[in-house]
Amino acid sequence: MEYKNVLTVCPYCGAGCGLYIQVLDGEIVGVLPAKEHPVSRGKLCIKGWNATAFVNHPDRLKKPLIREGGSFREASWDEALSLIAEKLLQIRDTYGPQAIGFFSSAKCTNEENYLLQKLARSFFKTNNVDHCARL
Amino acid sequence: MAENAEIMEALRDHLAQKLKELDGVIGLRRAVEGTAPYLFRPGDDLSQLALEPRYPLGPIVSLLQRRYPQAHFGVVARGCDLRALAEMAKRNQVDPQRLYVFGVACTAEEAEECHCADPFPRLEKWPQGKTFGQPAPAGSPHPLLAEYPKIPLEERRAFWQKQFAKCIKCYGCRNICPECFCESCALEDPLWVEPGVLAPPFPSFHLIRAMHMATRCVLCRQCELTCPAHIPLTVLYELIRQDVKEMLGYEPGADLEAAPPLPLTLADAVIRE
Repeated sequence: MEYKNVLTVCPYCGAGCGLYIQVLDGEIVGVLPAKEHPVSRGKLCIKGWNATAFVNHPDRLKKPLIREGGSFREASWDEALSLIAEKLLQIRDTYGPQAIGFFSSAKCTNEENYLLQKLARSFFKTNNVDHCARL
Repeated sequence: MAENAEIMEALRDHLAQKLKELDGVIGLRRAVEGTAPYLFRPGDDLSQLALEPRYPLGPIVSLLQRRYPQAHFGVVARGCDLRALAEMAKRNQVDPQRLYVFGVACTAEEAEECHCADPFPRLEKWPQGKTFGQPAPAGSPHPLLAEYPKIPLEERRAFWQKQFAKCIKCYGCRNICPECFCESCALEDPLWVEPGVLAPPFPSFHLIRAMHMATRCVLCRQCELTCPAHIPLTVLYELIRQDVKEMLGYEPGADLEAAPPLPLTLADAVIRE
């Protein structure tokens, strides 16, 4: 028998509102705004209030999918990442760095976004870096 | 922190004592990352028990009583929490027989901040509980309530239109409300509220909620506190509350045994069993 609230940051936009995930016996049962959070001060938008809706959603992807012959098949992370690396290098070598773009996400941390642009600029030599809000 | 040290000490002592017989006590826990509702269990660190910021605890009592139909829980309740629990009990959302109330008086400063008319948990009709602290004087009413009657009738529509136009349809007022527990919500019915359109239909969106709050709203003010658009929702609900009191002689939350004057369910708003 355990009921607690786990503090987290809303995964949706870059504003970074604070919210609690209500957990009853290890199961998510709801969301509460974090009233002491310096950014959101106990307020949330409709996305924040529903921030946990995807967690146990049946449509949620849990493994990488590789498209082959017009349909998707499940793959391991190792296989998927190797394929991505291979294809990116192939595109760069064939068409040049400007043929590649990187889209990062407000759902990531600053540090993760930093790493992605570092990969884009330093390794692939492209400034084509953008984020999910413009997708 | 406005917590009275003496009250907190007495509350913690009593809670430690009662945890020997209760399955757990629902209150606020102040941890490093922040303060939030929590189920205190035997052995938990009671120095983490806190009284603010206020969160509606009634829905958590309801959740836990449903999950554990045999369990006997306690709840740390302010006046507004207890009023909310009373209205929930009348609609079968909580069972007072399985609830021990640790009633906590609000300070005069807190009452003033909340514009609270009754900042004290009235435990007389509750089966089990104990109160901590003395009743503080009522806070002054919301300043807008005194101004409102002076607004000419023809301008009141414009006043609310301006307020409701700020709404971003976060549904926070409904989500945080301890008295909102319908199986399906009229505010999610495309018949009344077209999905994906801002601002919500005037005045139906806010007035549907206001009418559903009549005989239910206990003025805990959680809706107003969580509204990102700063809509003075409690002024609207207080005006309806005054009408309900005047015309039907009913004050939501005041008396655990008084039956609400309106039907408990609406044909299109089935409350959960």
